[in-house]
Amino acid sequence: MSEESGENRPPSFEERLKAARSRQGLDAPPSMSTGNSGDIGGLSPWGIGLRVGIELVSALVVAVAIGYGLDYLFGTKPILTAVFVLLGGAAGVMNVWRLFAPRPTREPKVRDGGR
Amino acid sequence: MAAGGSIDALSQFKLAPALGPIGASVNFTQSNLMMVVAGLLTFGLLWLGMRPRAMVPGRLQSAAEMAYETVLNMCTEMIGPEGRQFFPFVFTLFFFILFGNLLGVFPLFFTFTSHIAVTLALTAFVVGLVTVVAIRLHGWHFLSYFVPQGVPAVLLPLLVPIEILSYLSRLISLSVRLFANMMAGHVMLEVFGAFVVMLGSAGIIFLLPAGLSLGVNVVLIGFELLVATLQAYVFAVLTCIYLHDAVHLH
Repeated sequence: MSEESGENRPPSFEERLKAARSRQGLDAPPSMSTGNSGDIGGLSPWGIGLRVGIELVSALVVAVAIGYGLDYLFGTKPILTAVFVLLGGAAGVMNVWRLFAPRPTREPKVRDGGR
Repeated sequence: MAAGGSIDALSQFKLAPALGPIGASVNFTQSNLMMVVAGLLTFGLLWLGMRPRAMVPGRLQSAAEMAYETVLNMCTEMIGPEGRQFFPFVFTLFFFILFGNLLGVFPLFFTFTSHIAVTLALTAFVVGLVTVVAIRLHGWHFLSYFVPQGVPAVLLPLLVPIEILSYLSRLISLSVRLFANMMAGHVMLEVFGAFVVMLGSAGIIFLLPAGLSLGVNVVLIGFELLVATLQAYVFAVLTCIYLHDAVHLH
C-alpha cells in the first residue's frame, strides 16, 4: 500500500490490535496490572488486621517455643522463656514494621502482597 | 451437623480412612485422597489442556496457558530474572494449594489445607528451600542476612536474635494464615448450615431467620471461593518474596 506516505499511513497492526483489545476490554487498565506495591494500601481493613495479628503472634509463638525448649534443655526454667518473650515481641513489631515501612531505595515494587 | 441441639462445627475436620480396608491399613485418609485428586486435577488441566496444541487456544488450553503465564510472571517479577529456575516449584505449590482450597468448597469433599499439619509441612519445605538456596548462592555470607545494616555494633547482640526470630516466624505466619483462613471459612459454613437446620425445624415463626441463614451460606460459599484463590495466591507470592530475599540478600 502506501509505503512512504508518512502522515496518512494506516495504523500499524500493533496499534490496531491495541485499539481493538481496549475496545473489547481485554487489556487491563495499566495501573492495575503493574506490580503490587500498593497492595497493603488496597487491602480491606480486615485483611490488614489479620495480617498484622498473624505477624505479631507468629513471632511470639516461635520465640516462646524456642525459649521454652532452651529452658527445658538447660534446666533454667523461667529465665530464657522470659527473655525470648521480649525478643519475640520485638521481632513481631519488626515484622509489622517491615510490612508497612516505606520502601526507600532499591526496587520499590516487591515485598508483600495480600493479607 | 447439629446433633442434639448443639453445633458441632469441628467434626468436619476429622480424618477418616479412605479407600476401604487397603486405605485403612496404611492410614490413607480422605485428606490424602484429596491431595491426590488435587495433583491429578492440576496434571489433567495441563495435559488435557495442552493436548490440542492449537495456535488459537480453546477454553481449556487458554486456562492452562493463562495458569502457566500468570505464575511465570509472578516468578520473574517478584524474584527477578533468576525466578525462572524456581518456576516449577512455585507453580506446583500454587496449584496444589489452589485445588486443595477449591475442592474443599464442594459438598462432601475435604479441605486438606484446613489442617495445620499440612500447611506447616508446606511452609517448612518453603522455608527450608529458601534457606538452602540462600546458603548455596551466598555461602557463609548468608549469615549477613541477620545483621541489619547501619546499626551500631553495640546493638547487634540484641538485634541479631530478633532478626533470626523474625526469619523463623515466617514458618508460623505463612502456615497459620492459610490454615486459619480455610478453617474459619468452613467453620462459618458449618455454623450457618446448622442454623438453617435448627431454626427450620423449630417452628413456623423461625422460617424467616432460617431462610436468612441459608442466604448467608450462599454468600459465604462465594466468599470461600474468593478466599480459596486469594490464599493460594498469597502463599505463592510470599514464597516468591522469600525466594527473592534469598537470591538477593539485602
